[in-house]
Amino acid sequence: MHDAPSAKELIEAVKSFLDKTAMVQLQGHAAFHARVASNALATVLREMEQRPAAEARERERLQALLKSDETNVGALNQALCEEIRAGKLDLASPGLLTHLKSTTIDQLSVDQPGYSGLRTAAR
Amino acid sequence: MARPFFRVIVAKMGTANDIEKALTEWAREHYGAPAAIAGLRRLSGGASQETWAFEVNANEKSEPLILRRAPGGVSAPRGSEAVTLATEAALLAATDKAGVRVPGVRHVSAPGSLLGEAFIMKRIDGETLGRKILRDAEFETARSRLTQHCGEALAGIHSVPLENLPELPTSLGRNQIDKYEAVYREFGLPRPVFEVAFAWLKANEPEPAKPVLVHGDFRLGNLIVDANGLGAVLDWELAHIGDPREDIAWLCVNSWRFGQTENRVGGFGDLGDLLDAYAAAGGARYRPADIDWWEIMGSLKWGVMCMTMYGAFKTGADPSVERAAIGRRVSENEIDLINLFEGLERHA
Repeated sequence: MHDAPSAKELIEAVKSFLDKTAMVQLQGHAAFHARVASNALATVLREMEQRPAAEARERERLQALLKSDETNVGALNQALCEEIRAGKLDLASPGLLTHLKSTTIDQLSVDQPGYSGLRTAAR
Repeated sequence: MARPFFRVIVAKMGTANDIEKALTEWAREHYGAPAAIAGLRRLSGGASQETWAFEVNANEKSEPLILRRAPGGVSAPRGSEAVTLATEAALLAATDKAGVRVPGVRHVSAPGSLLGEAFIMKRIDGETLGRKILRDAEFETARSRLTQHCGEALAGIHSVPLENLPELPTSLGRNQIDKYEAVYREFGLPRPVFEVAFAWLKANEPEPAKPVLVHGDFRLGNLIVDANGLGAVLDWELAHIGDPREDIAWLCVNSWRFGQTENRVGGFGDLGDLLDAYAAAGGARYRPADIDWWEIMGSLKWGVMCMTMYGAFKTGADPSVERAAIGRRVSENEIDLINLFEGLERHA
């Protein structure tokens, strides 16, 4: 399969169109939605760059917390939720809060890197 | 949540011409025959209620007013717990009587009348955008008074005798955990931080307070602020009978501090100061630690609400990019919850 332009380049081109052409010609609600659309593409670009490494770290932590050799992150998170709901893991469990914090920081670095709570968490 | 059903009704019946005709008739009755309506314009595109601004020109004066109206003038059974317009008008009257800064109600219009189910209230000048209130120089004096004014307003709302109120839903802490947990479980999207929050809330639930009138959405965005401070408390749609700490904590939820996280009260104030103003104005005496449980409840609640808004995209009810993108804001509430849990560890 060809990769020229790459998915990343195409998204960058559309984002540039939204930012430099569409947004300045739109008004009111449409202009607002164009900005939301541009931000959504920025999220996709960050995700493409950051998700593989972040998810690998998340998988390792989840396997250690749950003493599991499952490799699917979705299945591991489902299992973690069940353990918490059953009261087998809580805030006092060693490593749980640290894991949740690391995972949420990685998630927010993709979703909303400018959010104030991320600065608080980094302190 | 947007529902196509309402849009159909609005398209059929909600024309500005019909409203202007009905308002003119009302104005002539109340202000005398030469009264005229000017500048009628729709302010919000909300699916649940219409909000219109207009002026009545009569007796060589111009009075700025607001019309709140059911979509198309006809209320339909709604899935949410939002109160009816008649209830909203009654709440404004009851809190006005208790000395809370609210817009005075001029007229309540019944379903089936020319105007439809609606009420007319005074239009209060000022700003509602949180970022502007927290940042702009013109609100510097206002910011220095806002903590005091909010403490007084909350104490006033919570002091309204329940027997003076229309029928309202009752929702205390446990009820809210159950309600939002049910919504969260229905999505089938597991989020471990939310699981920890639900479990922690259940394990640490405080003794319920004596139930009072709770505004339900008391925060920047729903408060009109002018150069002198709080001008009026708006948006009573989520009012209910509940725990007073819910209102105090909701004003503290980080989502409404608009980046000014160091000021726990709405990005502008100190919680100790707010609680002092609240107690001095006749409210119960609370310590900052009494608010923690409800702030965690508030952050979790807003996270579940963001999931619900994304759900409207997922089901196709609202295909806008805005509804899709809000699903990537749920992690904001997750980090707020984690910061709150770490704060509890430090206090312990």
